[in-house]
Amino acid sequence: MNARLLPYVLILPVTLFLCLFFLYPFVLVAKQAFSTGSGFTLDNFSEVTSYWKFPITMRNTLLLAAAVVPIQLALALLMATMVNRMQRGRDLVLYVWTIPLGISDLAAGIIWLAIFDQSGFLNSMMSGLGLIEKPVNLLTFQNPGIVFLAIMLAEIWRATAIMLVILVAGIGLIPKEYYEAAEVFGASKWKQFLRITLPLLRPSLQTALVLRVILAFEIFAVVAALGGTLFPVLMGETYAYQFDLLNSGAAAAMALIILAISIGFTLIILRILRVPKGATI
Amino acid sequence: MTLYSKMLGAASGIAMACTAFAAQAETLFWSTQAKPVEEAQAMREQVLSGFADGVDYQPNDGGPWLTRLQAELQAGSGTIGVLGALHGDFSAMKPDDLVDLSDMGVMSASGTFNDLAKLGTDSMQYIPWMQASYIMAANKDALQYLPDGADINALTYDQLIAWAANAHEAADEPKFGFPAGPKGLKHRFFQGYLYPSYTNGVVRTFASDAAVTAWEKMRELWAHTNPASTNFSFMQEQLLSGDAWIVFDHTSRLAQAFNERPDDFVAFPAPAGPTGRGFMPVLAGVAIPKTAPDMDAAKALVEYMLKPETQIATLKATNFFPVVDVALPDDLPASVKAAGDAVAKMSASADANPGLLPAGLGDKGGDFNRVFVDSFERIVLAGQDIRTVLDDQKGTLAAIMNETGAPCWAPDAPSEGACPVE
Repeated sequence: MNARLLPYVLILPVTLFLCLFFLYPFVLVAKQAFSTGSGFTLDNFSEVTSYWKFPITMRNTLLLAAAVVPIQLALALLMATMVNRMQRGRDLVLYVWTIPLGISDLAAGIIWLAIFDQSGFLNSMMSGLGLIEKPVNLLTFQNPGIVFLAIMLAEIWRATAIMLVILVAGIGLIPKEYYEAAEVFGASKWKQFLRITLPLLRPSLQTALVLRVILAFEIFAVVAALGGTLFPVLMGETYAYQFDLLNSGAAAAMALIILAISIGFTLIILRILRVPKGATI
Repeated sequence: MTLYSKMLGAASGIAMACTAFAAQAETLFWSTQAKPVEEAQAMREQVLSGFADGVDYQPNDGGPWLTRLQAELQAGSGTIGVLGALHGDFSAMKPDDLVDLSDMGVMSASGTFNDLAKLGTDSMQYIPWMQASYIMAANKDALQYLPDGADINALTYDQLIAWAANAHEAADEPKFGFPAGPKGLKHRFFQGYLYPSYTNGVVRTFASDAAVTAWEKMRELWAHTNPASTNFSFMQEQLLSGDAWIVFDHTSRLAQAFNERPDDFVAFPAPAGPTGRGFMPVLAGVAIPKTAPDMDAAKALVEYMLKPETQIATLKATNFFPVVDVALPDDLPASVKAAGDAVAKMSASADANPGLLPAGLGDKGGDFNRVFVDSFERIVLAGQDIRTVLDDQKGTLAAIMNETGAPCWAPDAPSEGACPVE
């Protein structure tokens, strides 16, 4: 086989797959979003954005992403450096930490619901310890803060591992020589982390953040399980348009809005964490 | 290819052909009703087993139900033989997609139901299949807190609020339960119970002064409602767990409580307001999509569903009541007896003010419900000013009515053309 053609042949199956199952449906959705039966129109977009809940869902989604992603990033970095230092049991720890990745997000939501529920584990524990007289309702409309906190916890528990896996792989790629040189010049561990690990981890950080931020805008099942209707998010509204209101045009418009936000943030992350031209590990 | 793998392939081929053949022979009954596993199983074993040609009963959620149906209709060929769904599900469809069932020779005993089943056309688009309603239920322990002089079978909203307040005080936590969860049927309470009882209308009177009073009462009631109600969708669970003592819900969403502990709970009619005792029926129907593979078998199945014996078997399986005239046997489950009693008392009460299901809204039924759910979330949960919210939501409601051109339904006074929001 011609060596110049080989790479293209190798990516052909994936490209075909993506075209068939991603690009084609995407074109259909875009068509649906920009039409209401008669030609090009922005009606669907003005309908969903003028709905009184839209600003609330937008704020909730962004707020949740802003609260969850930085914590996950810090945690993932910490966990990745810890794993990297381990002499023994490294694989075991990694396996355990990535278990939540294998659980569907709805199941994760329900696990945390079982903890925060009125007759849940947290309540039984607190009343068992004598901290409260009788079970209290935590996830109610009067405690939006607790609802938010519960969703945050569930998200952090569930999705930190995806960043961890990428960062562990990235740290493994950094050559030992840099650290040895730093040792020679007497740099502290913290300084080594700041000046060597972080800069050389940029490409991995990019991937991890892009993936995580996109997933954060698509959050749905965890919120539905824990918050019900108390904490409306963009994806939940999209579902409601499609299945409760049977309005596919509006649902498609919502989907495109989420896509636009995701692309926007992806570009920002790529720009901030760009690797200078010619710089390699 | 080895001989072994060849044989394996042949065997799996035969197996696939067999299942395809079996699926061909049975009529696919594609339903949004009787979804819980026990109910679906009861439908298969007790209701449909008597149908000679065999039925493949498949219940599903509304979304997937509609998605598959629409895919088959768009493709112009399908495997679904008979559809089972609520009136609202059918009214969201194009009447052309359903086979005209006027000449079937079977229909419900209620003229109102038969009219609803025409979906605004001149012919029967579906055949009424079974009915239910929404009622109140309470734990018998809560009866001691009934306010003085209150008759549980003729409560007013004020008495209900007083009762909920007494229970709240006695238990030191709110004990009224309301299905305000994501899958709860709260909108039907506003459309069929609160509005008719206070404003003698639903659409015309949406933003009237009487409606403001109605929402004020709702707020008073909410003060004694378990705040976790925003996660409640099937009130039988909270009745059984004791998280709620007095509840409102669909008869079939209360059934489990009565069947598990028949002596602990009591069912009773919905309360009355200044303009009567508003209540609303729930109507499910069976229809045939125009893409049904075997029209004769599908029609035979629809006829079978309307037979008196089938209707009684359906009642036992799903807690939905017959729509044809039948003599009910004595060996009915506790839930059926309790709910049947409450519904009978409700419709026979002197001040009964029955509301009809929204009609003529087409696929805007969901938007119509959202007007009421949004009003509830803004007025009751977010504590916004009632007048402002109603005036705001009024525009959305008027737009829905004008777009669909749906005429008023009871208890609103009849209208020429689209029902106006006054």
